[in-house]
Amino acid sequence: MEKYFDQHISRRFNEELEALRSHVMKMAGTTEEMLADAIAALVEGDTEKAEAVIAADDQVNLMEKRIDEEAMQILARRQPTASDLRLVMAIVKTVNDLERIGDEAEKIARVAIVLTESERPRNNYYELENMAGHVRTMLRDALDGFVRMVPEVAVSLFRADKKVDDEYEAILRQYYTYLAEEPRKTSRILNAIWIARSLERIGDHAKNIGEYIYYLVEGRDVRHMPSDEKEQALLDDGKD
Amino acid sequence: MNEKTQPEDAVKVSAGQFDRSRRSLNIQREDIAVEVKDLNLFYGADQALKNINLKIPRNRVTAFIGPSGCGKSTLLRCFNRMNDLIDICKIDGQIIIDGQDVHSRDVDVAEHRRRVGMVFQKPNPFPKSIFENVAYGLRLQGVSNKRTLAEVVEKALRAAALWDEVKDRLQDNAFGLSGGQQQRLVIARAIAIEPEIILLDEPCSALDPISTAKVEELMIELKEKYTIVIVTHNMQQAARVSDFTAYMYLGELIEFDDTAKLFTNPARKATEDYITGRYG
Repeated sequence: MEKYFDQHISRRFNEELEALRSHVMKMAGTTEEMLADAIAALVEGDTEKAEAVIAADDQVNLMEKRIDEEAMQILARRQPTASDLRLVMAIVKTVNDLERIGDEAEKIARVAIVLTESERPRNNYYELENMAGHVRTMLRDALDGFVRMVPEVAVSLFRADKKVDDEYEAILRQYYTYLAEEPRKTSRILNAIWIARSLERIGDHAKNIGEYIYYLVEGRDVRHMPSDEKEQALLDDGKD
Repeated sequence: MNEKTQPEDAVKVSAGQFDRSRRSLNIQREDIAVEVKDLNLFYGADQALKNINLKIPRNRVTAFIGPSGCGKSTLLRCFNRMNDLIDICKIDGQIIIDGQDVHSRDVDVAEHRRRVGMVFQKPNPFPKSIFENVAYGLRLQGVSNKRTLAEVVEKALRAAALWDEVKDRLQDNAFGLSGGQQQRLVIARAIAIEPEIILLDEPCSALDPISTAKVEELMIELKEKYTIVIVTHNMQQAARVSDFTAYMYLGELIEFDDTAKLFTNPARKATEDYITGRYG
């Protein structure tokens, strides 16, 4: 599948699709970095790093607009069909999720700045760092799946997202206990909850990207299926 | 109260329509107008159609697509026995319309062609008035009552979406019409004799986009009453107007499916290569 996009009779069309793909990859790379830096800013209490993440979000927003425009040009001028059409659709949707990931990373960075003013917890937000590690792996897998066009990534992301959701629940429970025990730290804990929530959202977006890749490669829409049904469907398709 | 309930109802209706339009078509559930069984066709020693099996659904638009020389026009021409005119053409297999094999001996070819009308790439009006072009088939059938003729001509021209443009000049020569109008006139001529099936062989390839859009719109309206089969080189046209699409290559039927499915997720790689411009 990977090499399939450069086999059109029209060389220019090949180039347009390739450019579209590489711009998405660049955007994805930027959001991944933003997430890593936002968490580093939190853990290290580094305000400068956090500011850089906030600035990067503007870039990501611009990239979204630019890629949408490119995709629209292709739709209007090339009238793509079949896998080309699915590629363009998958990209338009992926870009939307990437932009949201950028927003969430920005939120984390903003909260990280606020948190530099409060006392650091003894574990230095280890639970959030740990969760962020899982979410980053998801994001990286999604991008890797996109580059290599492997639909199976939808299955692993779907499972990873469930784990991240559980982790989020666990962190919330832990924070609720702190809230009850240490009302003095309410503000800090509420801020940390925001970060956990953003991370959970990023996991959802990465899972969505997995579903778009699946649609792109297999031509089958697995969004919004009940979870056991979806897992079964993904596994069944993987067999043949 | 009414004001309050109406918008909600409106939402419900549109959601229902959305569901309906999404439901994919399945040839198994269709009423079949033409059934092609094990059809092979030879021009001398060259085999132009190879073992074609295909069902054309009634009251739908079916498109044949494929590169030049793939046999799509040849197949279309079989449906009303246009290939009879070619001496070296030899056909075996069956094409069944209304339970009868089109090529069987007891088929009256003239009567058969009345039931299966055909429109060609280049509009071919007769060098007669607009009115006489449409009335021609009826006159051949022996209809001479002026009022009947006038009624049928008007009805056919209206059905072909041409009436408003020509109603004041029915006696003018048909060659004075534009290409797009001529093509719709020819369609009106085909409709006037009440066929069951209308075959269109690249009906828009000589037309500008506006005329093309009119003819395409017409096809979608006509399928209410007729079964439409269209051969087109314009894939977007097939995607726009047809319910089912057949992709042919080198005399073989490669894939036949719901148009929505074929253009978004074809089952065969050969189809995918062709419709995405990778053929060649």
